[in-house]
Amino acid sequence: MTGQDAPGRGGGPLIEVRGLRVDYGLGPDAVHAVIDADLTLASGTVIGLAGESGSGKSTLAYAITRLLRAPGIITGGQVLLYGGTGPVPEEAARAGKEAAQAGEPAQAGTIDLLAADERQLRGLRWSRIAVVMQSAMHALNPVVTIGAQLTDVLQAHRLKMDKTDRRQRAAFLLEMVGISADNLRRYPHQLSGGMRQRVMIAMALALEPAVVIMDEPTTALDVVTQREILTELADLQRQLSFAVLFITHDLSLLVELADSIAVMYAGRLLEQAAAGDLYRAPRHPYTLGLLRSFPPLHGARKPLTGIPGSPPDLRTPPPGCPFHPRCGYAMDICRTEMPAAFGLGVGGGRSAACWLHDGAHEVPAELAVPGPGGPSPGAVTETRASAGTGAETGTRAETGTRAETGTRAETGTRAETGTRAETGTRAETGTGIDSGAGPETKAGAQPAAAPLTAAMPPGAAAAPDTTGTLR
Amino acid sequence: MTAPAEHGSPHGAGAASTSAVASRPALLEAREITKRFPAGRRGAVHAVDGVSLALPAGGITAIVGESGSGKSTLARLFAQLLTPTSGQLLLDGQAAPAGRGGRRRYAQQVQMVLQDPFASLNPVHDVRYHLTRPLKVHGLGAAGSLEDTLAALLERVALTPPERFLGKYPHELSGGQRQRVAIARALAVRPRVLLADEPVSMLDVSIRLGILNLLAGLREQEGMTILYITHDIASARYLADEIAVMYAGRLVESAPAISVTDQPAHPYTQLLLSAAPDPDRPEPVQLSGRGSVPSLLTPPPGCRFHPRCPHAMAICSQLPPPPAEVAPGHVSACWLHAPEHPARAATTAERRPDGSPTQLADDPSRQQGRQTRPTLRHLPFSRPRHGQSKEAGDEPAGH
Repeated sequence: MTGQDAPGRGGGPLIEVRGLRVDYGLGPDAVHAVIDADLTLASGTVIGLAGESGSGKSTLAYAITRLLRAPGIITGGQVLLYGGTGPVPEEAARAGKEAAQAGEPAQAGTIDLLAADERQLRGLRWSRIAVVMQSAMHALNPVVTIGAQLTDVLQAHRLKMDKTDRRQRAAFLLEMVGISADNLRRYPHQLSGGMRQRVMIAMALALEPAVVIMDEPTTALDVVTQREILTELADLQRQLSFAVLFITHDLSLLVELADSIAVMYAGRLLEQAAAGDLYRAPRHPYTLGLLRSFPPLHGARKPLTGIPGSPPDLRTPPPGCPFHPRCGYAMDICRTEMPAAFGLGVGGGRSAACWLHDGAHEVPAELAVPGPGGPSPGAVTETRASAGTGAETGTRAETGTRAETGTRAETGTRAETGTRAETGTRAETGTGIDSGAGPETKAGAQPAAAPLTAAMPPGAAAAPDTTGTLR
Repeated sequence: MTAPAEHGSPHGAGAASTSAVASRPALLEAREITKRFPAGRRGAVHAVDGVSLALPAGGITAIVGESGSGKSTLARLFAQLLTPTSGQLLLDGQAAPAGRGGRRRYAQQVQMVLQDPFASLNPVHDVRYHLTRPLKVHGLGAAGSLEDTLAALLERVALTPPERFLGKYPHELSGGQRQRVAIARALAVRPRVLLADEPVSMLDVSIRLGILNLLAGLREQEGMTILYITHDIASARYLADEIAVMYAGRLVESAPAISVTDQPAHPYTQLLLSAAPDPDRPEPVQLSGRGSVPSLLTPPPGCRFHPRCPHAMAICSQLPPPPAEVAPGHVSACWLHAPEHPARAATTAERRPDGSPTQLADDPSRQQGRQTRPTLRHLPFSRPRHGQSKEAGDEPAGH
């Protein structure tokens, strides 16, 4: 479960979030907490969702599971839960639901969770999608024993189990997370914080779900306890091969933990990439700033700057890209228009929602560091795949505005990029990063990004510090 | 809200001053300070136990520890918010002034910044009130120059232009701005020592460095003496000259910041470092010790870390280890580093793998007796992960 061995793990998409929008409140005063989120979680992989407080990362998780409380409203988008290992026609959805209802994992069928009714959701929650809440202190019922809380789940979802079976299963689950079964009779207050969080994880895994959503599961814990739990979680994940959506503000932790990472800011997913790529070769200025906000544990001590300013108030979000007031590379267009998530790289590896990557701008060297490399030498991680249409974009991409890109990328890959850009497709991101050259790319899944405004001369308002090593 | 770039170089100055700091006189010093909180029939919570720590003038000292290690209690003892059960607090080598008037004189020199800026500012008062109040209490700042004083204070914490912030209420400020106001409030009485208790842990990641750089700038430009309390050893390494590691109420290791993180001597420091998030880690973590911080109502006898320590010996459960210098300026309270002890040689031989040659060998003071003395620095974290016995260390919360 480390970023380093990310490529090649995992199966097909399991949960696909498309254009998800969540508001708090109604009408003109509504706060847009999640805006056009696209995220794909592949089965058996760990995807990290990083963001600061108020970035909408928890809201996104609650929207996916339909646990959002008023005044939160889902105003658009789809959340598809695939039944089997890959996408299947939606007609099978009902069958899948029935299977889930009966307590069996659905083998086939795709359900739009946002369209599912309460009965369907009840069948799916916990058995297919489980959630580990942020605060284990408050998520466990203080007046009910651990054992009762664990068997409660089984009683509701596993109708065939009798009392002894449930008890045995509960004991097994506790042992699985490293707590002796004697603790079944204890109350939450008798356990330490780390043990409580382990109980939460055991409960989430009780029905062997395909996905576990973890919302800052270790934030309140000490660093040693956190590491113990994460190591156990990694082992369990490897054994049981469930997928994890891991939400945290600690990007440095995610780099170690996740296969791929999505970075969220002010309700938008700004960058998605394999963990190693994101760490060594960030593409979005916010990701770069965030990475530079964590003092390293090794090497010479260098002054770090963090990110100037503070995250925006979502009640009055800045126009254009929400990050532009804090961005050192902000251009005119950033102040007026939100960039689409431009696909980067072959094989649907990554994307960044930044105008610098639209193919028409010079990318500063620090945002164009060559990635650590794809699974094969031919598959260059860093190639421009612009969502923009039109010949202009294509030619810009062909000429290569970036030195590093030019040196690493082969012509063949470039040609492919060009085609993909023209058809206006978009790389699937956040999956387990398949090693192939991206056959799973979904044509037409996303509308093409708006063409560049004519008023935008190429290379205008170039970022403040470009290297000048352009080809 | 950025500190200027030069603020961000605690290390240009820090690295150079590290050796200088050691020789600098201590501005504020705790000697064998102990704090026990009575806990009724159950005895007392041994929150801080015989800690000696000196804050050199113009230096940044960090205390690193997990929750329950006593680091915040120690900060409150330094601030005289708590009265020590035993031990001494020295300011400029003199016993710190106590009593009603003495406390006030002391507070004018030693100020504290609290962890949570969302709770430490009064929501019904504006920034002007928060900054004026300490001036009035301490009888500083003539009425005429008050505006100038306030403006200067806000400029020192990079809240500019000051007039835009003076009338604001805490809810109108972001977390980082609030913490800056809290720092400005501490600076109002022109203290010589700033005690910062987890000043960034409640803040968003992207604005933490702004606050850390602000503290570094205060030291660099004004020679402020700073005690930085944190659970994040990476930020301590970034900011501080010296790091002191606390465990269960005791100081286990103290050394120049880089030495602590690069050559940790104490097994607990090694555990802490092996658990810290580190994207550059080449391979998955093998924790070198399990379980959690012991109950401070009934702390373990001897070394308080021994129940979790992979290198524990017989003596560790009997006597608390004396602090021993493992390298110049690098002190570790561990029996592995203590001067020869009869009980040790036998136990270590069977307990630990063969020591490999270490940098410590270069230190002439450590040459003698090296065959029997284990050198912790290069011990691999090789303890096998045991799947079943985790709960043994992970004790219940103690009810």
